[in-house]
Amino acid sequence: MALLQIAEPGMSAEPHKHRLAVGIDLGTTNSLVATVRNGIAVCLADETGRTMLPSVVRYRADSSIEVGHKAMAAQATDAKNTIVSVKRFMGRGLKDVAHVETMPYDFEDSPGMVRLRTVQGVKSPVEVSAEILRTLRKRAEASLGGELVGAVITVPAYFDDAQRQATKDAARLAGLPVLRLLNEPTAAAVAYGLDNAAEGVYAVYDLGGGTFDLSILKLSRGVFEVLSTNGDAALGGDDFDHRLFCWILDRAGVAPPSLEDARRLQMKAREAKELLSVCEEATIHVHLGSGEEVDLVVTRDEFADMTRHLVQKTLGPVRKALRDAGLAADEIKGVVMVGGATRMPHIQHAVAEFFGQEPLTNLDPDKVVALGAAMQANVLAGNRRDEDDWLLLDVIPLSLGLETMGGLTEKVIPRNSTLPIARAQEFTTFKDGQTAMAFHVVQGERELVSDCRSLARFELRGIPPMVAGAARIRVSFQVDADGLLSVSAREMSSGVEASVLVKPSYGLTDDEIAGMLKSGVDHAGDDMMARALREQQVEGERVIEATEQAIAKDGALLSAEERAAIEQSIATLRELCRGKDHRAIKSGIEALARATDGFAARRMDNSIRSALAGHKVDEFEV
Amino acid sequence: MSIDLTQDYFTLFGLPRQYAVDDAALEAAWHELQSQVHPDRYAHLPDVDKRLSMQWATRVNEGFRTLKKPVSRAQYLLELAGVDTALETNTVMSPEFLMEQMEWREAVEEARAAGEVEELEQLHHRLQLHAREVRSGLAQQLDEAHDYTAAADTVRRLMFIDKLQHEIDEALLALEE
Repeated sequence: MALLQIAEPGMSAEPHKHRLAVGIDLGTTNSLVATVRNGIAVCLADETGRTMLPSVVRYRADSSIEVGHKAMAAQATDAKNTIVSVKRFMGRGLKDVAHVETMPYDFEDSPGMVRLRTVQGVKSPVEVSAEILRTLRKRAEASLGGELVGAVITVPAYFDDAQRQATKDAARLAGLPVLRLLNEPTAAAVAYGLDNAAEGVYAVYDLGGGTFDLSILKLSRGVFEVLSTNGDAALGGDDFDHRLFCWILDRAGVAPPSLEDARRLQMKAREAKELLSVCEEATIHVHLGSGEEVDLVVTRDEFADMTRHLVQKTLGPVRKALRDAGLAADEIKGVVMVGGATRMPHIQHAVAEFFGQEPLTNLDPDKVVALGAAMQANVLAGNRRDEDDWLLLDVIPLSLGLETMGGLTEKVIPRNSTLPIARAQEFTTFKDGQTAMAFHVVQGERELVSDCRSLARFELRGIPPMVAGAARIRVSFQVDADGLLSVSAREMSSGVEASVLVKPSYGLTDDEIAGMLKSGVDHAGDDMMARALREQQVEGERVIEATEQAIAKDGALLSAEERAAIEQSIATLRELCRGKDHRAIKSGIEALARATDGFAARRMDNSIRSALAGHKVDEFEV
Repeated sequence: MSIDLTQDYFTLFGLPRQYAVDDAALEAAWHELQSQVHPDRYAHLPDVDKRLSMQWATRVNEGFRTLKKPVSRAQYLLELAGVDTALETNTVMSPEFLMEQMEWREAVEEARAAGEVEELEQLHHRLQLHAREVRSGLAQQLDEAHDYTAAADTVRRLMFIDKLQHEIDEALLALEE
């Protein structure tokens, strides 16, 4: 009898067919791309052997764009057009960003997200981030020799919905299919846990360039369960630089610096901070454009003193995360340190003191997130092997709710709920004959709506006129595995249904993305039509392959007619994939999806039953 | 057959339909079910599979959450037995219970207004002990006597304690900031 290749979901049927997937750490200061090669996660280097890409984008007057080291070299001479730490602006309005007064940019405070005026026009932080992602995508494609199936992109665990949506939009602009948005501390825990076969409850202390996360995870037999997470999406190594920068200005007694001089001093502050992690003191020597000279020495103790409040600020979220997990500090088995900023000795001391144990620093704090993301990307892309049998159960960092009377928040989904999650709440009309109702979706822990982040506003219209209190309006929240929310509302009592779907207002509209895609593609010299066709062809082939595997494994669940219908749809789609019409391929994919709908549901039922019976699918005779 | 969304959580998790639960078995079943249905297992598959996976994973998480906490588990058992525990639709609570409620609430309000962190933590602790005492009757009421009226009363008490504990948590959080 011919052997059939049997595959569990997530497992490649043909071992030789490795799907190219990467993990990307899109950092405030530096970004990295990693992949799994021969079973080992590695960071990919550029042509000169460097793995870290400075997250710096420069828009030049000749309409070219520089990303990385080259852009970084110009940050003092062309500060206005050279964007650093753009991650701080993702999904944020101008009022949410700290220290704007010392930033050399020309801001435009558009609704939702702040924008930056550059020599190449107004740029959204999403577009700037997309340039970084595009550079990494090209690096990966050149290095791996093929197109990527997709990427896992990491985000701070404490990122809210707007920031996550902005990150996903950036990937879309960069032509990167997103397999999953993964929380940075969770990615680090995967890399650490798998490398060390760790079991027990761990804390991940992740201080990056601009964000701080603290996640508490329970590791048991291949399951990484996040118990709680907390943090500060606007606290990072940059703030330590800024504090030192202010100290320098104060000590040197120079006139208020120009934009260029300010950037120059900020760079020196960062260098001094990094030096102080290995030396007892650092010299700061700068000739300013104003003709003034700065010549100072800062010691490690002085630096620790001036930034003590920042270190203390990280401990608040640590306490809250422990409380939410119902644990005491001494119940934590190990503390994994992540992010370049955790190299600062006074941070390591503070963490050691708080937890009563030395933190784990045996892994590269700059790379561990990208490596964990690569491991997860490899599995999500369908390259799962027997030994890759791990499961991530992550949570939503901040509660989601609706505005009620008096500007108060009514929580619908509480923070630290395991994803995916759905919740519904019922409301009613308060006036006779009321036909519309307005909703305001917010995220945050505070009681007052004005203290939470506004995510979306929408109105449900067409409610049949009834007496006050008779209508039953059900508002449903669904948060997917990326931590992204969708909301719908429906009037139930009359049998008349009206529903509306909202996308968070901080995300860009589809039109805006389409416009950016077009200009970005023009810029990169890609052919948009060719790209769209290629994407649909890849998707079509993927769907055919998956369906054929499903039939090979579970064909017994199909009647003869159903099977014939599916096979017919496959044949049609296969033919369309050979053509040049990406829209036709898309409708072919949709037709196949319709034909397999019931089949997919039955297969899912089957796997649930086998889980219940305490068996794995591969233990059954086929 | 199609997706059976009417199947109760106990059946879904392969556990006996009763209040007493083996926490380790519940967690193991949760992990086992998620390892079959979690969206991460379907990320490379067509949209049909992704959608189904999200629906199932959502349901499995909801089931775990419901069965894990004693109050929601008891409430769910009563719901399966056709007993509604919603406060507003129910008969009048006993005067002692209402009195007790008011006393607790006043104590919390006072400590909150005075910013007494230690007092709030004390109250939290006392409530925890009180909850344990109240909860101890549930197993007998639900699993042995099948006295759903008494159990519903106990559940309402526990819901009140839960709510108060949550309020203390939030007050502590606000005081910290």
